[in-house]
Amino acid sequence: MSDTLIHTDPAPQPESKPTLLDRLPGSNNTILIAAFLFVLLAFVRTVTDADALTSSSTVGVAIRATIPIMLAGLAGLWAERAGVINIGIEGMMILGTWFGGWAAWQWGPWVGLIMAVVGGSIGGLVHAVAVVRFNVDHIISGVAINILAFGAMRFLSELAFVGEQGGGISQSPPQSSAIPRINLPFLAGGGDTTDILGNLEDRGWFLISDIAGVLGGFAHNLSWASVIALTLVPLTGWILWRTVFGLRVRSSGEAPGAAETLGVRIAPLRYAALSISGGLAGLGGGYLAIISSSFYREGQTASRGFIGLATMIFGNWNPIGVLGGASLFGFGEALNLVGPAALPKLFLYLAIVAGLVFVRSAMRRRWVPAAVQGTLGVACLVVFLTVDKIPEPLTKSVPFVLTLVVLASATQRLRMPAHDGKPFRSGEDH
Amino acid sequence: MTLDEIVNPPVKKTTGSRRGDLERTMVTIGSSLVAVLVAFVISGLLLAITGKDPFAAFSKMGEVATNTDKLYETVQRAMPFIMSAVAFAITAKLGLFNIGVEGQFLMGMFWAAVIGAYVELPAVLHIPFVIIVGSIAGAMWGAIAGYLKVKRGVNEVISTIMLNAIALQVIDWLFNEFFRFDDGTGSLDVRTKQLPESAWMPDIVDNQLNGFVVVVLLVVIAYYVVVFRSRFGFRLRASGLNPEAARTSGISANKMVLLAMLISGLVAGLVGLQYLMGESHSYGPTRPSGYGFTGIGVALLGRNHPIGIVAAGLLFGFLEAAGGPLQLEDIPSSIVRVIQGITLFSVVIISGAADRWYAKRTTERAARDMQLAGSGEQEVAA
Repeated sequence: MSDTLIHTDPAPQPESKPTLLDRLPGSNNTILIAAFLFVLLAFVRTVTDADALTSSSTVGVAIRATIPIMLAGLAGLWAERAGVINIGIEGMMILGTWFGGWAAWQWGPWVGLIMAVVGGSIGGLVHAVAVVRFNVDHIISGVAINILAFGAMRFLSELAFVGEQGGGISQSPPQSSAIPRINLPFLAGGGDTTDILGNLEDRGWFLISDIAGVLGGFAHNLSWASVIALTLVPLTGWILWRTVFGLRVRSSGEAPGAAETLGVRIAPLRYAALSISGGLAGLGGGYLAIISSSFYREGQTASRGFIGLATMIFGNWNPIGVLGGASLFGFGEALNLVGPAALPKLFLYLAIVAGLVFVRSAMRRRWVPAAVQGTLGVACLVVFLTVDKIPEPLTKSVPFVLTLVVLASATQRLRMPAHDGKPFRSGEDH
Repeated sequence: MTLDEIVNPPVKKTTGSRRGDLERTMVTIGSSLVAVLVAFVISGLLLAITGKDPFAAFSKMGEVATNTDKLYETVQRAMPFIMSAVAFAITAKLGLFNIGVEGQFLMGMFWAAVIGAYVELPAVLHIPFVIIVGSIAGAMWGAIAGYLKVKRGVNEVISTIMLNAIALQVIDWLFNEFFRFDDGTGSLDVRTKQLPESAWMPDIVDNQLNGFVVVVLLVVIAYYVVVFRSRFGFRLRASGLNPEAARTSGISANKMVLLAMLISGLVAGLVGLQYLMGESHSYGPTRPSGYGFTGIGVALLGRNHPIGIVAAGLLFGFLEAAGGPLQLEDIPSSIVRVIQGITLFSVVIISGAADRWYAKRTTERAARDMQLAGSGEQEVAA
């Protein structure tokens, strides 16, 4: 104990000197690691000339691709932190796309977003009634919501859109107005000023242009809806971890029986958490129908509800983790759209990362992980050297494969809420 | 009265076990029927609110139900639902949720289409060959989830959701890269190479009902025999009802999970074959979808019982068949999808409530019997 009192750093390994490599991934310095990974990305961008990797257009598209997934992930987070599994996020997103698309066509984009939230939370409340009031199995209720939402929205489309100009059974008429977008003055040329970031980005300088590209992605054409959506991440963290309400929601997910003996009423909490969950999913759907495009289309959600669920899992039921996972998938989706030719270059990046991790494992004499990492690194290098185009369906399946890999390899590091998905009836369990 | 009888008072049986069984069945069937009725009433209200005439809709459905041609269509449409429900029910009996029937059926349909098209066999062999290919492909996709659960402890709900999405993308890729078939007509509807006619499922009623109905019946019977009448089925159900007890009596939980996922995938692989062998004869991007999820609803409505599943599958098939005629009456055809969705909810809520009510009544009755027996004993003592 006295050691840790004196030395703030962990005791160095006697057999090997702590090198930079040794300390980087081993320490908990997330920001440092992220910075290092970004510099590496900039390096790969410069070497391979794949400007799309860090261009402001990629980042701009990535933000718009990330947000619906992130909102779906937060929706899952709210439900599962309260102890209810929510497979119905996809369905609640469908409700959001429809109500958002319909209301935005009728009354403009802001009303659309609000109605998307309302539509989604109706889905959340249905889930809550089934699960809390009638004790229906969480999975079954979620699947039922997905099926019902799809059918019901097609029914409503038949009533509301068929016969309108540009509308039909599977899509709404286009919206006439959009939510204003921000261009920062001076930095991004807003209000006829100079575009500093854009200039820097065009120079192609190592690191500086890359940083300018990423910042430019945020400074150019950023929708107010994106700003609002992004603030929901810290807001969720603050409510769930810093308020009494949040503590109670989490207690309902960890030990509802114990919470109840302390006088917390579980049922209203779960109703609240699930309507927030549905509202977030609905907002994600509305974002798809109003910001990502300008009309509702059947199938617009394209499994993003499930991808969101995946980000929640390997974000370890944590809002920052959800944001991280969602931006990873958003980045992939954006690269696919903006510069698919840059995708194989990412394998050089992966090969370098795998190589570094391999060196670290080898220096610690952990041979089995080292062998796996080495093989992966070589495989990535081979892909980088031989493949010039990666088929789109394969890149689309990456989020799902990654989730399976993470679940299969790191289950012990993930910790879901203890009472997640288990049936609970008031008055039992204590 | 012997000492033994005093220590263990004989419970006067007011309900014989056979009567109890009958009662239970009645409660089950009754609650399912009420659930369907509730779904129709709610949907009727929905139609009324949206300015359509619900009675016109229901009388049209009545017409459909009494039309022979439409009955064939009902059976035809019911086939994938029944098959998919059986696939789900096998795992449900073990307490697992195979949400992955959707992916497994797509895999089965795709590989059956691709491999079946490049093989030349007489029809007697070709038809079973395609069916076997489909079921093996489905089983292998299902086995992945089983393996991940047994070896790596990955929850099957999450893994099958992911595998559904992966299956879609993998199939898209395989189709686009390797199996698009140019038939030379310049048609925009690009598909895989067509199955040779020897692999087409012969019609029983021309263009209305094909021979796949025999396969469906065989699968339902096999489901009944294997799950309800075999030793394996007993172990499966025992592990599902009480995993602890099953484990202590020597049933390997891991083996059960793997086998259940394999068999479930095997059946799931057959879901799309009615469409493939009987209607489309090739695979294309305009594939059917959603059977895997609707099947869950059918299994729930049928309470995982073979007869229940067939009845529920026929109901859902009938609703699908009724969509077109409803459209002609100016009633949105998608109302049938709404009815299906609401049925799902009403059946889980109402059957759950009915089960709890029945369990409560049975315990109350047993308690009363105990009391009666107890008071009898006091009389003897006095």
